[in-house]
Amino acid sequence: MSSPAISKPHRAVRRLGARRTARREAAFGYAMIALAMLFVTVFTFAPILASLGLSFFDWDVISPPTWAGLANYERFFSDGPVLQSFGVTICMAIAIVVLQLTLGLFLAVLVNQRASRFGRTFFRTAFYLPLLASTAAVAIFMGYLFDTKFGAINYYLGLLGISGVPWLSSPLGAQATIVLIVVWQQVGFTFVLFVSALMAVPTDVLEASSIDGAGPLRTLFRIKIPLISPTILFAAVIAFINAMQLFDQPFIMTKGGPGTATTTATISMYQTGFQNLQFGYSSAIAIILLLLILAVTGIQFLAARKVVFYQ
Amino acid sequence: MSTTTTIVTGRPDTRHPVVGRRRRAFSIGRIAGLIALILAAVFALGPLLWAVTTSLRTPAQAFENPPQWIPWNPDFGNYAAVFEQVPIGQFFLNSMIVTVLIVVGQTITCTLSGYAFAMVSFPGKNMIFGAFLATMMVPLQTIIIPVFLIIKSFGLTDSLASLIIPALGSAFGTFLMRQYFMQMPRELGEAARIDGATQFGVFWHVYARMAAPAISTLAILNFSGFWAEFYRPLIFLQSQSNFTLPLGLVGLQGNLGTGSISVVLAGVVLSMIPSVLLFIFAQRYFIAGVTAGSSR
Repeated sequence: MSSPAISKPHRAVRRLGARRTARREAAFGYAMIALAMLFVTVFTFAPILASLGLSFFDWDVISPPTWAGLANYERFFSDGPVLQSFGVTICMAIAIVVLQLTLGLFLAVLVNQRASRFGRTFFRTAFYLPLLASTAAVAIFMGYLFDTKFGAINYYLGLLGISGVPWLSSPLGAQATIVLIVVWQQVGFTFVLFVSALMAVPTDVLEASSIDGAGPLRTLFRIKIPLISPTILFAAVIAFINAMQLFDQPFIMTKGGPGTATTTATISMYQTGFQNLQFGYSSAIAIILLLLILAVTGIQFLAARKVVFYQ
Repeated sequence: MSTTTTIVTGRPDTRHPVVGRRRRAFSIGRIAGLIALILAAVFALGPLLWAVTTSLRTPAQAFENPPQWIPWNPDFGNYAAVFEQVPIGQFFLNSMIVTVLIVVGQTITCTLSGYAFAMVSFPGKNMIFGAFLATMMVPLQTIIIPVFLIIKSFGLTDSLASLIIPALGSAFGTFLMRQYFMQMPRELGEAARIDGATQFGVFWHVYARMAAPAISTLAILNFSGFWAEFYRPLIFLQSQSNFTLPLGLVGLQGNLGTGSISVVLAGVVLSMIPSVLLFIFAQRYFIAGVTAGSSR
């Protein structure tokens, strides 16, 4: 019976020691995250709450803010131009996501099936290069290329017998141009994602399907695409979140026009906030945009549950 | 991360060893596929090549169609002109200061926090990390007004610091570094601890060194991202002497109207040089950066 008497204080000491080590480790952990925590708190967490708070006030920066309750949100749902900017953004975002994913997957499958090692590096470089230019640079030179009168694109279309396409000077043309430009720049991102996902498809699965007599198309749709579906979902979510924030290209190329054809949700926010100095209303629009992005991303994940195949 | 690249480039093409017959049967398909790829590459590179070659034509020639795809008589006058018309050297310097300081700052904050979230246990860790992750979905535009007000209250409006300071911490960077540290064996640290290393010593001498690929990826993602940034400079900066390159170029285009596009294009081409150089020397980290987020 003597051993418990000895080991009891021993155990207690050990527990005390363990607790002290744990406390020291915790202190170290907090010290390590302190810097990131400070910046993320001040410049992300707090601003999210502040945006939410501001959305319940009327504030023009000059006079003190006044409580507005839900008035800013009510105003949003009866504000035709702003609602239209959301509609435009959603339509353009859908077009961008669909084109970017289809084209990215098509090119990735081609490279994956046919290209040599050199070919792979060459095409990867070619499709990635547009991502290295800033959106501002792209908006500038694409603006020249798509110019209705002097642009090289209409020149070449003219040789094919199609003349004077009003790319940036008509509402639908401007929307299409901006969609095309975003896809042109972003497709390399999707392409690189899909190529590395396709490379990771196990060879034995492909051999098995080949031995079972499946042709290339069948293998693609029945084996490869299901296997890389988590990557497709990821690419769709990222592309959609980015497209919903579309600002630089329409702001630089068309200033939201012609008329309000390319006034996106974020351009509306910029105008109400930084031009009309309605900070409360602009914050309400910002919160609605955030909720919309969260909702659609959630729907994407839910819908994908039925389709996406996780290994 | 680097393994992705080796897989991409290093696997011999032994996918269908059986079917010499089928190969021939699909050779038309193969050629069509190759043509489609080359066509896509032409469309991807065409506008960039046009920007470069047109920047080498005289302002009068720049409007002529068809465009000259090979600069037989390159005219570098536009490159001199762009320096005369706007303080593009100043824009370049401003962009460099902002980008480099953000890259350095985020490397420090994200490496420290990413390590803590991966390797150190402390109360509330999962909750805090969850909060970090949740902010990754929040658009910049949603928080821009409060950030602008905070900047203003610090007296930093219209300064380079207004772009740098808010970007020094990053939820995405923390996430990226954590993912990398999570794959590292814990035994190394435990062994070093038994040998008497401090907790920080373990991080600094053992793990931080092993994290070089992830640090390079984060640094390169940040460099190309912040170098190209347009939205925050547009809102935070007012005086031309503080403009970064994208903002300055848009101003140049606006001032000149459609007067001499070749001068504007010279500026555009100059603005792309740092990212392109970086890409040439560190392509695999760009590729790793693309795939980094998808391994959630």
